Amino acid sequence: MKKILAIFIALTMFASNSFAASGNVVIVTSFPKDLSGKFKAAFEKKYPEIVVEVVGKKTTAGIKYIQETKSNNGTDLFWASAPDAFEVLKGDSLLAKYTSKVKGIPSKVGSYPINDPEGFYTGFAAAGYGMMWNNRYLKANNLPAPKEWIDLTNPIYFGHTGMSAPSRSGTTHLTVETLLQGDGFNNGWAKMKNIAANFKTVTARSFGVPDGVNSGDFGVGIVIDFFGLSSIGSGFPVGFVYPTVTTLVPANIGVIKNAPNEKNAQLFIDFLLTPEGQEILLDPKIRRLPVNPKTYSKAPKDFPNPFKDSSIGAAVKFDVLLSKDRYNLVNSLFDVMITYRLDDLRAAMSAIYKAEEALGNKNNPKAKKLIADARALVSKLPISEAKANDPAFNQIFKKKRKKAKDIEKYAGTRQAEVEAEWDKQVVSNYSEAKQKAEQALKSL
Amino acid sequence: MFQNFFLKSTAIFIGLFLFIFLAVPIFQVFYVSFLDQNGHFTLLNFYDFFQSALFIESFYNSFYVASMSVILASFFAVPLAYFTARFNFKGSVLIQSLGFIPLIMPPFVGAVAMKLFFGSNGSVNLMLNQWLGFKIPFMEGLNGVIFVESIHYFPFILINLITSLNSIDRSMEESAQSLGSKGFRLFRRIVLPLSMPGYIAGASLVFLKVFDDLGTPLLLDVNNMLAPQAYLRISSIGINDPMGYVIGVILVLTSIAAVFVAKLALGGKDYSMLQKGGGGMVKRNFLPHQKYFAYFVVFFILFLVLSPHIALTLLSFGTIWSFSVLPDAYTFSHYKDVFENSVFIKNTLLYCSIAAFIDIVLAFFISYIVLRTKIIGRQLLDYIAMSALAIPGLVLGIGYLRTFYSFNLPWNDKPLASWWFMIVIILAVRRLPYALRACNAVLMQISKYLEESAESLGAQKTTIFRKILIPLMMGGLLAGFITSFSTATVELSATIMLVSTETDAPLAYAIYSYMQTAAGRGPGAGFGVIGVLIVAAGTYLSQLIIEKKYKQRGMEAKVD
Repeated sequence: MKKILAIFIALTMFASNSFAASGNVVIVTSFPKDLSGKFKAAFEKKYPEIVVEVVGKKTTAGIKYIQETKSNNGTDLFWASAPDAFEVLKGDSLLAKYTSKVKGIPSKVGSYPINDPEGFYTGFAAAGYGMMWNNRYLKANNLPAPKEWIDLTNPIYFGHTGMSAPSRSGTTHLTVETLLQGDGFNNGWAKMKNIAANFKTVTARSFGVPDGVNSGDFGVGIVIDFFGLSSIGSGFPVGFVYPTVTTLVPANIGVIKNAPNEKNAQLFIDFLLTPEGQEILLDPKIRRLPVNPKTYSKAPKDFPNPFKDSSIGAAVKFDVLLSKDRYNLVNSLFDVMITYRLDDLRAAMSAIYKAEEALGNKNNPKAKKLIADARALVSKLPISEAKANDPAFNQIFKKKRKKAKDIEKYAGTRQAEVEAEWDKQVVSNYSEAKQKAEQALKSL
Repeated sequence: MFQNFFLKSTAIFIGLFLFIFLAVPIFQVFYVSFLDQNGHFTLLNFYDFFQSALFIESFYNSFYVASMSVILASFFAVPLAYFTARFNFKGSVLIQSLGFIPLIMPPFVGAVAMKLFFGSNGSVNLMLNQWLGFKIPFMEGLNGVIFVESIHYFPFILINLITSLNSIDRSMEESAQSLGSKGFRLFRRIVLPLSMPGYIAGASLVFLKVFDDLGTPLLLDVNNMLAPQAYLRISSIGINDPMGYVIGVILVLTSIAAVFVAKLALGGKDYSMLQKGGGGMVKRNFLPHQKYFAYFVVFFILFLVLSPHIALTLLSFGTIWSFSVLPDAYTFSHYKDVFENSVFIKNTLLYCSIAAFIDIVLAFFISYIVLRTKIIGRQLLDYIAMSALAIPGLVLGIGYLRTFYSFNLPWNDKPLASWWFMIVIILAVRRLPYALRACNAVLMQISKYLEESAESLGAQKTTIFRKILIPLMMGGLLAGFITSFSTATVELSATIMLVSTETDAPLAYAIYSYMQTAAGRGPGAGFGVIGVLIVAAGTYLSQLIIEKKYKQRGMEAKVD
């Protein structure tokens, strides 16, 4: 009897093994062909029986696709950068748990955990935000390359910088959140607005920023590292630097619930984490930071190593839960104050710059006071920190309110209503700030 | 009796088609705009729309940009159409075909090319700044949107106006001439009014398209317009803000209203002419000084509107192009990538030609039913079909997934929504308005009496279609086919939702996936150029066919 059982087990093992090594695996990814194609080729070389089908979609489109197709799921893996995209899928219980058996991956990169603590998705590469610039542009405009976020508030950069909106790009969101956590809610927003006042543009796509810098449309862009590093790798006359305050965030992969080829999907995740998979990340057209510290020994000179260089991404102790709770509120606030009212913000700030230049070292307390007032008005928020962090208030910005008690405090309040109210305050603050700055200029 | 039955069942069939492939998917997405947070019916979301200063401003901006674009686009289109259709103009077929190209702006890469050329640090401004010390903000703010949109969409006016001019009955002009009318008066009193159906068809398309267009405002990062506001809200990660859908509903309603106004503008007047196929107006010769002037104007406009495509070509051959007038060096290597992935090109040809064919068949019957029959609800067909113009591709794509994903195909047990033919259908639905306006305009110019006399002589409806209407409408049908086909080649927003394997993906999708990396610009531009070439070849060919048809009838008379 035991013998038969043993044979039976052996047979099923054999069967499942042979199953795992053949068939196909369907991956929905936001990654470009340069990245996904390399991994597909390497994986298919290692497992010649398995065909990798890559379906490229924007992160948002990818999420919608998986949500809409769940009744008849044909996707095995979701593979994308932003951890928040995976949080959305996890929240809709569209992911299956899987913990890879590959050894040697640390638990954290910088101060951010590499894998989902609950095991629904796995980090395979890290990336952090920084600044990239176009050398030709800076030379033609006589500008220095920036080093820290605060450099971007310098009036010399007025009209020369760009960034994408956090509501468009999960990684941009984390940059804003990092700034808010690093400098505090009020000071963080003030700094963010001072940086934003110099923007030439807020792009709708996160890739719009490296695109603009590469073309020379604007000089400096706030981008995630691999955009900068791969632009350098492709030969564009650009540079990249990490400021001290940045967060390293893992790019992830997760198995979809009811995946038709679950075994192959898990095999693919394991492959990403093996040394051969990790080395692909060093390709000049990809340039993402491997999560396996050993891989850095094969990296080119000057390639950043967050596991050795503790200055990258360690300055802020990132509170993942706080970030998650106010996620949509921060995005909405950014759009209302900056994206949609960039012209007003720029007009106010430009008036302030002019007044400050005229003031110079003159001793004119009245003008000084007016300018300080104007700056305070620009920085003023339409919401207090306490309210912004209030989970009940944040419910307004969420898709579904599951429990009746969630809506008790703010029952009937709608996001559009709140935003319209914010907008009113923001517009009047900016225009008042402009008036004060112009008054100051006149008095000089 | 049979004839009536045939038309009625066609009307019902088309109605069903539009209902299943347009109305249901849209409703699947848009009903959210009528729900409150607890899922109950409400109109509060619409109240919020009108309470928000930002939305009102966006609405005003969209309206302003769309109206101004119609005006500027007319400045590009009218001279090109008038000079080439009314005078003996060397290379008029080529010019008319080239004038059509701007409609084909490949996604993403077209934007990059445009910025490299017209942007604040693009070729033109770098040169201006170096030589003259100033820059022109072609691509800044609302005026930038108007400039780019006009370049992009003026071919709608051009192609419909040319078709209209070519269908003007020569005897009208001759009678006026024999009564002593000439010059500008002849143009104002005869040519202009008779070409109105084509102009209005084109102008209303420009208005609608610009009003609903998302690509250009996003490219210029102008957010304070309706379409980008809707898009930005719908596509945010994790947020399900009903306002995006509310704006969507407002866009649809405005589009329908615009079609209605266009109809009113033409309403009550009879544009039909008895004699048809007369090769349009008599083509005349220029006086020498007029000739130089006309050539100058035509070439200036062509250069202006084709410059994005010149930049696109440079980009596809260039190595690095950054903050400089021209690329640093040139290479063929990007085209190697393109031809290694030629499956995308094959897919695009297949999908777009089927879709455009479906479009002209539907458009022919819809225009016939609307203009020639008294079937109840016929106008509704027109409005529903036109509303496709106002639906953001993303919304329609989501609607398709929601509606068709749970049905499996009988033969391979895969979801219906993942079948490649659904990409064809979504392209056909999205591009139907173009074919429809073109067909509508030509049919308006054909006199009913032609059909009635044929009928009184005992001809069947099918014979009338075959022997009278289709030959007379050939120009309009071809114009509709080309417009639908070529704009479908660069459609991305809806198809990207439906692509489920790369082997089924069209060219626009390939451009998208290359344009996500710094190194992908060259190959992306290469794909764009291939797409433009396909369309250019198709357009040129069909223009030749139209021209040949007129010549065959021996009507290419020359009058000095």
